[in-house]
Amino acid sequence: MQLARVIGTVVATMKNESLEGRKLLVVQTLDRNLQPAGKPLVAVDSVGAGVGELVFWCRGKEASFPFKREDTPTDCTIVGIVDSDSHVSRK
Amino acid sequence: MILAKVVGNVVATKKNRRYESARVMLCQQITPEGEEMSQTLLALDSVDSGVGDTVLIVQEGWSASTAATKEAGAAIDSAIVGVVDRIDLMADL
Repeated sequence: MQLARVIGTVVATMKNESLEGRKLLVVQTLDRNLQPAGKPLVAVDSVGAGVGELVFWCRGKEASFPFKREDTPTDCTIVGIVDSDSHVSRK
Repeated sequence: MILAKVVGNVVATKKNRRYESARVMLCQQITPEGEEMSQTLLALDSVDSGVGDTVLIVQEGWSASTAATKEAGAAIDSAIVGVVDRIDLMADL
């Protein structure tokens, strides 16, 4: 899993039927100092995240598990919303 | 998922049987702002995308196989699962 900031939304009318009803968000992965690291990705939301929020996301096959697995083809799913930036403690 | 622009397609007569009747699209990865990135990749279409479309590509085998062929377990690692209408970005990160 990695920390990321939700920086935008994606609208796609024409999509695989198994993605219908899913919210698609642009996420920018962050480093330990909450600075952008790497290029943004598009994630499927499973927790009700919104633009501006600090979240963490899961990659790979496991990204489909929050949904009925057969239903959702995804390799990047938001699985948690961090309460606030100050709720990330680091040394 | 990554964002990409469809820039062409690939025709291959001799191919793995799971690719039969599939459309293999040539795609260029882009940023949310629309700038082309270095990666060019092939992805199976599952949504009737066409050249010039901005698309969403899933890059995980189980999901890509299922989306593109309705069955898991194919030698497919990328599938186009959506055509993007619009992207709204925060003004400042």
